[in-house]
Amino acid sequence: MPPREIRAERVCVEFRGDLMASVLTRDIIKNFGEVPAVNGISLTVPDGEFMVLLGPSGCGKTTFLRIICGLEKQTSGDLLIGGDVVNDIPPRARGVAMMFQSYGLYPHYTVRKNIAFPLRTQRVPNGEVEKKVEWASQLLGIGHLLDRRPRQLSGGERQRVALARALVREPTALLLDEPLSNLDAKLRASARLEIKQFQQRVGVTTIYVTHDQVEAMGMGDRIAVIDHGRVCQVGTPTEIYDDPADRFVATFVGTPPMNLVALNGGFLGFRPENFLPKDMIDDGAFTEFSFRVDRSEYLGSERIVYGAIEGFDPNQVVTAKLPPAHVAEESIRPGEWHPFAVRNSALRHFDKDGKRASRH
Amino acid sequence: MASIAEPIAKPASRFRFILDRRDVLGAVFVAPAILYVLLLVGVPLLLSIYYSVSAYTIYNPSWHFVGLANFAQIVENPDFLRTLSNTFIFTFGSQFLGLVLGKFGALLLLRPFPGRKIVRALIILPWAVPIALATVAWQWMFDSLYSVINWSMIALGVIDRSDAPNWLGNPHLAMLCVIVVNAWRFFPFAIVIFLAGITAVPQDVIDAATVDGAGFWRRNYQIIVPMILPIVTIGLIFGIVFTFTDLSIVFLMTMGGPVGATSVLGFEGFQVGILSGDVSHGAAISLFMLPVLFVVVIFMLRFIKRREI
Repeated sequence: MPPREIRAERVCVEFRGDLMASVLTRDIIKNFGEVPAVNGISLTVPDGEFMVLLGPSGCGKTTFLRIICGLEKQTSGDLLIGGDVVNDIPPRARGVAMMFQSYGLYPHYTVRKNIAFPLRTQRVPNGEVEKKVEWASQLLGIGHLLDRRPRQLSGGERQRVALARALVREPTALLLDEPLSNLDAKLRASARLEIKQFQQRVGVTTIYVTHDQVEAMGMGDRIAVIDHGRVCQVGTPTEIYDDPADRFVATFVGTPPMNLVALNGGFLGFRPENFLPKDMIDDGAFTEFSFRVDRSEYLGSERIVYGAIEGFDPNQVVTAKLPPAHVAEESIRPGEWHPFAVRNSALRHFDKDGKRASRH
Repeated sequence: MASIAEPIAKPASRFRFILDRRDVLGAVFVAPAILYVLLLVGVPLLLSIYYSVSAYTIYNPSWHFVGLANFAQIVENPDFLRTLSNTFIFTFGSQFLGLVLGKFGALLLLRPFPGRKIVRALIILPWAVPIALATVAWQWMFDSLYSVINWSMIALGVIDRSDAPNWLGNPHLAMLCVIVVNAWRFFPFAIVIFLAGITAVPQDVIDAATVDGAGFWRRNYQIIVPMILPIVTIGLIFGIVFTFTDLSIVFLMTMGGPVGATSVLGFEGFQVGILSGDVSHGAAISLFMLPVLFVVVIFMLRFIKRREI
């Protein structure tokens, strides 16, 4: 496609940018041969939102992201970016930027040339390129690294360069594919904060793929939980955590996961931190359980207690997460039965298919 | 009670465990290769260096030392200078053509298509077929009377029978022919090199370039080729060294003709030193390759080092 048409496309995006959802998908399906990778995802990402796609490995979240940026073509379904259907538009004309898991920096280019590359491909004039590279590198605090090669940078610096390269042409949407998985644990925490602050400052629509629920809960304005190529639930972190739409969401989010015990052909669910010794609950309606403690782990800020509850499957492990300071040793002594309880407001019911039955 | 790991009772001889020592065992394993190189490459090389500064011919096998006189004589010979330039044209022409064919061959073979495995196996053939056999086949194709190429072009009406080219008879066309045949022989090797290189480029980098807006050509020539350049250069060094010293295709197809138009250093050295018996001049001609290749290889290795990523 000649460059003239690409420019026309961009003008169109900018004009309608604040009126429409930045990224909208309608029933996207992608099959690799016989294997379905994405199984009908419809998702709306409003302008400026930080949307996290959360799911286990192989759930199709990365494939979905690659469909948005055009590296894969969907088998069926519509994709709209900035209000335009882009099903048949090549990646370079979609106006989205993507940051890859291993960053995908060009090893033979300096940082400066890396950041400038997306502008060069758009044939931006030289002076403009310099200004933009300057802007992006200041934004990420990598001005002093511009003449180095990627291999001379640390993991965190590489990540910033990749981010600068993604942002330099001011994309309609920024796609991030597990960007923190190559950093060590400590760096990951600070990078999480940085990306989030940075996104708020720039206000770019962001779609962030991860399998790490801490990243998802901590960064997302909204989270889409994905399993087997389908969206299980879309909601704010609070909604996802407090009101999971099905058993998968309930057990995938939260450590330890939500307790689920079979009840009347369906399932009863409650979070480990809501499962407390009865004497710690002093107000409101609650449901009492007799809890046989098998084992307890002291983790400093919390104590995880494993056991089973009377009247339910004895092999179904139930966990309780207790604040160590407020729990007397004798109320969780292993091998004994203890009175535990859950506030009724914290109980969740699921039907036999695992779908949420009713609120409270 | 018999113990399984009983210590050796009698005092061991000093050499009993000699082969358990890494340094000794290593030397033993490497020795055949080193002996081979010393005896079959080193000795002949020294011998030829001596021949080149002597007045040795098979008619007068004297070891009389003449200094650099042989070199001075061949450099003044216009035929030799033409041979030298032929060698460069032959080498770089066929390497260039081979690399271009190799690059596109590799790109084609990277895409999945039905029968790819068979094509991959077939494409190695030019490299595997004995060179004499292959050259004879090409000779028929370029034959002045029975040329398949000419026959096809005449049949298709591209040319008229009267102006069908005499491939091996025309000096320029003959050079083109030996270049084409050598490139044909070299390009499977180039494909293998390119395939290895391109496969080693991380998919993330290629995807990043795609999303960053690079189309097919930009992706290839600004990202992939620069990244695989060190590997390709190593392949090219091999190609250049082998082609520069090669005489088989010229010997089998044109015998250096017509009128020396395709004569290359290796062929000329063989002609003068072995066939004509002027051993000292033959040696001097052959040894002329050494400094030339040395400079080329040093230059290319420095280039790789600078491009190291």
